Amino acid sequence: MKKSWPLWEVFIRSKSGLDHKHAGSIHAADAEMAIENARDIYTRRNEGVSIWVVESKHITASDPDDADALFEPAKDKIYRHPTFYNLPDEVKHM
Amino acid sequence: MDANTPLYSFLLQLGDNALILGHRLGEWCGHAPEMELDIALTNIALDLTGQARALYQRATELNAQGKTEDDLAYLRDVPEFRNVLLVEQPNGDFAHSIARQFYFDAFNYFFHEELTRSSDAWLSGFAVKSLKEITYHLRFSSEWVLRLGDGTATSHEKMQTALDDLWYWTGEMTTPSDLERQMAADAIGPSLQQIKSRVNDRVNDVVSMATLQLPTGTWMQSGGKVGRHTEHLGFILAEMQFLQRAYPGNEW
Amino acid sequence: MKEQNLEAHFQAKIDAEIKIEPKDWMPDEYRKTLIRQISQHAHSEIVGMLPEGNWITRAPSLRRKLILLAKVQDEAGHGLYLYSAAETLGADRGDLVLQMLNGKAKYSSIFNYPTLNWADIGAIGWLVDGAAITNQVMLTRTSYGPYARAMVRICKEESFHQRQGYEIMLAMSRGSEEQKQMAQDSLNRWWWPSLMMFGPHDGESSHSEQAFKWKIKRKSNDELRQQFVDATIPQAGLLGLTVPDPALRWNAERGHYDFSPINWDEFWNVVKGNGPCNRERIAARQKACDDGAWVREAALAYAEKKEQKQIGARQTAAA
Repeated sequence: MKKSWPLWEVFIRSKSGLDHKHAGSIHAADAEMAIENARDIYTRRNEGVSIWVVESKHITASDPDDADALFEPAKDKIYRHPTFYNLPDEVKHM
Repeated sequence: MDANTPLYSFLLQLGDNALILGHRLGEWCGHAPEMELDIALTNIALDLTGQARALYQRATELNAQGKTEDDLAYLRDVPEFRNVLLVEQPNGDFAHSIARQFYFDAFNYFFHEELTRSSDAWLSGFAVKSLKEITYHLRFSSEWVLRLGDGTATSHEKMQTALDDLWYWTGEMTTPSDLERQMAADAIGPSLQQIKSRVNDRVNDVVSMATLQLPTGTWMQSGGKVGRHTEHLGFILAEMQFLQRAYPGNEW
Repeated sequence: MKEQNLEAHFQAKIDAEIKIEPKDWMPDEYRKTLIRQISQHAHSEIVGMLPEGNWITRAPSLRRKLILLAKVQDEAGHGLYLYSAAETLGADRGDLVLQMLNGKAKYSSIFNYPTLNWADIGAIGWLVDGAAITNQVMLTRTSYGPYARAMVRICKEESFHQRQGYEIMLAMSRGSEEQKQMAQDSLNRWWWPSLMMFGPHDGESSHSEQAFKWKIKRKSNDELRQQFVDATIPQAGLLGLTVPDPALRWNAERGHYDFSPINWDEFWNVVKGNGPCNRERIAARQKACDDGAWVREAALAYAEKKEQKQIGARQTAAA
């Protein structure tokens, strides 16, 4: 098989008000075809109202080896979470 | 045909176009040039077969005589089918299937655009729904005419050959039959003369954008609308109707 | 980290039920096993379109025709989900397809059996998809993230496949005498090949042990096969059809059905290419690939031209 169509990543918004979410990938020769293939492959059962496609080669992903440096530091910053604060019961909803 | 109303015959004609073209597209399933295209062509087949089913169901509502949608699809013989000759032409190579689809979609799009204004409430509702599907079909086939026409030298040649080969089946679509004239007069169906120039303009635009030439021949084949078909329809029906014919009256 | 530590870390994640994701370190052998298994699974979906696609043009009613079109289309979709999962491991889909065409990669042998009457479409949905689902439900918990997610999607869609198949069997086994015969004939022909779908006995499967350790596989072939038999026998009873196995009976002590030994000779022969349709199936896929080459090339050439035009237009605008 000669050169195949490039790979694209597909992101689907399942309904208005929700974020686009990664659904998988497809092959397509151009952007229009990528949208159409994504539609046929990932929304056959009415799973989407909007599609993003991006050629996979344009995605930069974080390196799992950097995970500690990137994500561990956020772990102990518990003061960012509302449950960190003790308020009297009289303050009902805050 | 029996003494059915013109509307009944009109519904059948629309249904037959959709059924036969859907059938042809179904033949691609598992054999398309790329797996994504298996899915795409099947999707169009599903839309068309769904449209045929809706139209036949409506026809049986208007003129029950105990007939079902499946009786209409599976128990009529060649002369009773009213589809245009274009849709029964064989798949050929991918360029031929795309040319057939594109010629038909361009017609079908403007036809249904007008049909949304039908005085028949059911038909106008049907057209509104179908037009969404057909809009996508036309987009799909137009894009492929562009890709093949303006792709490689090989694809250009194949696409041009396909446009040439299928050209003389296209005139029939926009040439009104007696039935269609009457439907237009009753404001039930579109006036084909009216949509003809829109169809031609669209076909011209896409074909020239694709760096292709539209054939100039003016002699057109016709006959499908009065039940005079090419040899191909008989084979389609032989295959499609096999089980219903071999085991009459069975439920599947 | 040293290789040894990496491997220990990897295994610890698996033991803790943490999914492995594409960019995570993994042993080469894990990657290879997955690519082989996922692509084999993908090939099965794609080749699986052929025996059923066979009947699209002969489906006996408009309703059945729509269902079958949608179903076969789903198979193509499932193939693509799976190829897409395999590609996250660095495999190239074109290469994988080539391996299938030249016989280096296998697909499920079940699709090397012919579809001879309409009931076969029912039997494929009921038995073949039923057996596949048994396996796939297990695989939704497999250790590789993209594979597990593809399986979740596939399982959701497959249950329609099995139900439509059973519905066909139901209609035919309650239909005319000829239809009943077709249904029984179809069960006779598909029963044993369906049981073979789970693969050889646990002791004879070359990849089993490691696949368990890595949680690629979570149940043994025999366990899954038994699960399928136990679930399917009552369904056959409901249809009033006879399962073609005189030794089949409920074993109260085991709490399972006992069944006859499988004809492994036939199994290995079909795997090796001697099934009734092996050559035909590959030839059909090869033809689609060959006949489609100019189409795929044209689309690429067109995309390239368009991009050049856009670059040209941008340069003109900037000048």
